Parts: sequence; structure tokens; C-alpha cells
Amino acid sequence: MPDRVPVIVGTGLSDYPQAPHLDGVQHHAQAMQRALADCGVAKDEIDGYLDAGGGGMMIDDAVTMAEYFGIDHRYIDGTMTGGSSFEFHVQHAAAAIRQGLCDTVLITYGSDQLSRMGRGLGTGGLGRGVKRFAGPQQYEAPFGNSLVGSYAMAAQRHMYEFGTTSEQLAEIAVGVREFAGLNPRAMYREPITVDDVLASRLIADPLHKLDCCVISDGGGAIVMTTAERARDLRQPPVYVLGAAGAQTHWNISQMPDFTDTAASRCGPVAFGQAGVTPADIDTIQFYDSFTITVMLLLEGLGFCARGEGGAFVKEGHLRRGGDLPLNTDGGGLSSSHPGMRGIFLLIESVRQLRGQAGEAQVPDCELALACGSGGWLSCIGAVILGREHP
Amino acid sequence: MSKPFWEAASRGQLLIQRCPSGHRQFYPRAVCIVCGDDPEWEAASGRGTVHTFTVIRQNHARPFRDELPYVVAMVELEEGVRMMGNLTDCQLDEVHIGMPVEVHMIEAEPDVGVPFWRPAAGGPGTRGATA
Ligand SMILES: [Zn+2]
Repeated sequence: MPDRVPVIVGTGLSDYPQAPHLDGVQHHAQAMQRALADCGVAKDEIDGYLDAGGGGMMIDDAVTMAEYFGIDHRYIDGTMTGGSSFEFHVQHAAAAIRQGLCDTVLITYGSDQLSRMGRGLGTGGLGRGVKRFAGPQQYEAPFGNSLVGSYAMAAQRHMYEFGTTSEQLAEIAVGVREFAGLNPRAMYREPITVDDVLASRLIADPLHKLDCCVISDGGGAIVMTTAERARDLRQPPVYVLGAAGAQTHWNISQMPDFTDTAASRCGPVAFGQAGVTPADIDTIQFYDSFTITVMLLLEGLGFCARGEGGAFVKEGHLRRGGDLPLNTDGGGLSSSHPGMRGIFLLIESVRQLRGQAGEAQVPDCELALACGSGGWLSCIGAVILGREHP
Repeated sequence: MSKPFWEAASRGQLLIQRCPSGHRQFYPRAVCIVCGDDPEWEAASGRGTVHTFTVIRQNHARPFRDELPYVVAMVELEEGVRMMGNLTDCQLDEVHIGMPVEVHMIEAEPDVGVPFWRPAAGGPGTRGATA
């Protein structure tokens, strides 16, 4: 019964990393047009639509965007788990396609956050007064924590428990920058060293500026359909072999264990569905909002034992030419991070599996793992994609 | 839901929640996150240790930009719950995981106290401890 096997057939990126000529919704639209052109699907074939929105700043919630695009959907989903939303979307879309709830699914994302808000974003805080904040935020807002600070507290605890060093975290940024040098559109392309990372100023101890992702504009779109429909399309299908998500908290003060994410729960589910192990994966496209994010995902998904992420990255697996190349488009650390970057992880995985990654191509790339982290290490989504269906 | 917490803090008292079965939690909610029962208010000791922390060195928002650098910590109370807070009255390089701290209240607005933390008076390991 291979007919309703879910596959990714089309991908599109909007202009990035800086696109002052586009607003957020136009990023969605441009990415959609490029994804449809990529695979040869007509817009009126789309009967499933998934969109995480942009966090209330724009009109790009799922129902408004379905109207804006003129999509007559049989299936719609506005799941918002931060930057990992799109890994959750692939999970939901795959299930919907399998169930016959729809045949051709569009997932879109777009953001103009660099052009609209500038670069101060990650260290913008909220006021001390508590009366302006409802719900859980009132118990964090008075203390001036920043987005970077939340990840920094996880890094601090990782260093305390396991002896992880700033040099080991820096290694991640150095490797991703090497791939950015191969991407003509990456925001930063000049090679950096571990010393460069350590010499960059501290933003929130122990995270330096070069431990932090860039802030950019950008968007992406994915078209999914059945393996049967894919036979008539322009691109080879990429199979969704496993897709799972899990949540441990939303607000950072509720993180149960600062060195363990929900990756340790959703990873085994995704691997089990795909019938593979971490050793089988050829490339990883991980949410690299911060260097510590990558290390926690590596450990949580079982690429190395818990606490051994520091030693693992020093062994060079993640670098160009290693056996597990990380973020071959330059990642969020060097290429682009428009706010919720999870769709880029899927699109780069597809590019690798199609053999279309040019100089950054991972040899004989059969299996890719895209893993998004949303919120503050809160909601983790893991998607295993393959060139073949077993 | 949250008013009793902030009003108690303005009187110098730190409240957490405990349900009839003894599950403690913070932040306050309408249900126990373990068993779903109704939680009640309980006065906390106001003593704890630093579970993890960061030194914020960049923040564009007021009033925090005028206070840089400052410590944001996750404090683990003796009662076992954690809460976020600022750590004051110590040098930045003294702060370490496991550091004993005690609460002190800052009056943020009328009838709203905000719990801040400082090194516990005479507590072991306040100075010279490793981290
Ligand atoms: Zn209970």
C-alpha cells in the first residue's frame, strides 16, 4: 500500500537574509510560488494548509492566510510551537495524507523581522511591572531575562554538570560557519575560529555573540503529497520516514531539567517509525538558535551519550567532510534566522537528499534528520527524511 | 489567581502552592500539575540555592538597560520548587550553582512586591566556593 505514503515534493525559499522589499506575508507568498514552481503542482490542487503564524505581529495566522492565498482546504492546522512548528506540521500533514483527509499540502512561513525590528531582538526584555503581564509571563517579566539568557542558563548548567567548555560550544559555530562560506546568500561567510568565538563579547554568560544565531528576514514553503501523485512531478520525492514531537515546558522557568530536552522523548519515536538509528543518519539539520541548542539536541536524540556532547563535537563529526555534517546551508548561526527557522531545516534536508546541494553536498546522502527546537528548548520536533522508501 | 502572591510579596511574604496531597508548585495555577486537585497557598521559607544562572550583559529594554550587568537565576527553594529571580548584594564572580540564597522583596508598584535574592546570611559556601 505505498500509494498514500507522504512525501515532500516541492520546496521554496523567499529572499533572505535581508529583504526590505518584502513584508512578512510577501515572504510566505514568494516562498509558496517558488515551491509550487519547484515541483509543478498547481495552486488549485492544494487542499491542505499549515501555518504557524508569526507570533501575533502579522496577519499570517492559518485561516487568514488561507483566505489571502485563496486556498480551499479540506485540512487546516495552525499549530504554533515556536521555531519547531514546521517539524510538527510535517508530522500532522503526513498523518492527514495517510488518512486521506487531503492529498496536496502546503506549509508556509515568512518573516521580515530584520527589516521591521532590527537586530536588538534577542536581547529585548519586558518591563519590571507585573500588572501588564498575564499568565506565566508575570513571574518572569520583572527580572529582565532575555531570550539569550534562557539558553545561557541551560549552557551554564551543562557546564556545571558535565564540564562542558566554551571552546566545545564554539566548535559548533565554527563548523556551521564553514558551510556558510559555501552559501552565497548566507549572512556571514568569512571563516571563524574557536578563538574568534571566545573573543566575541559575552551577551549572557556563558554565551558569546558568536554562540548566538543571526537575525534575518526570510521564509520558506513546502509542498507535500502522496507518493503516487509524486510520480508525475518535476522533482524526485523525499519520503517522510519518521516524524514526532514532544514538549517539556513553554516558559523557561518551568524547564524541568536544564540539560535534557524533549528530544530524548520524541527522538526514539521518530527513529522507531523510520526503523533506523542515529548511526544511519547522513546529515543533520538542527535548530541552531544557539550553540548549546545543538549540543542538547545531539545528546537528546542519542548521537552521543548525555553529557558527552562537548567531546563529541570536538571529534569533528559535524564539520564539512565529517560523518554527520551539521547545517550545510550555514544554519541560523551564520546564514539566516527569521525568527522561527524550522522550515529551513526541512528544506535543506530535501536539498541534500535530492543531491542538489552543490559544494555543500554530503556524499551518498540517503537519510537526513531535521530537528527543530521551539520556544526556549521547549517543544522539540524531529523529522527523518529519506531518498528511498524501505 | 495571582493577586495573593504579589500582595503577600509586598508584605514581605513569599507564597507557593501546595495541594491536599502535598504536591508543591510554582508558578501559581488553578490546578495541581501532578494530580489536578485544588492547590492552596503556603508560606515558603524564602531560602534556597542557585540551580542555574546567567549574567545578562545586553538588554535593550528599560529599566534593565540601565542596570546591566545583572544576574538572572533559577532559585531552587528548600521546598523543592524553582522560581526565577534576580540575585543582588554580591559580586558577579561570586555567583555559582549551589550558592545558598535568601529572598528579599522589592516594591515594584503599589501592592506588588517582587522577590529578589541575595547570598544567605552566614550560609555555607557563600564565598570562595567552587563552581
Ligand atoms: Zn497534587
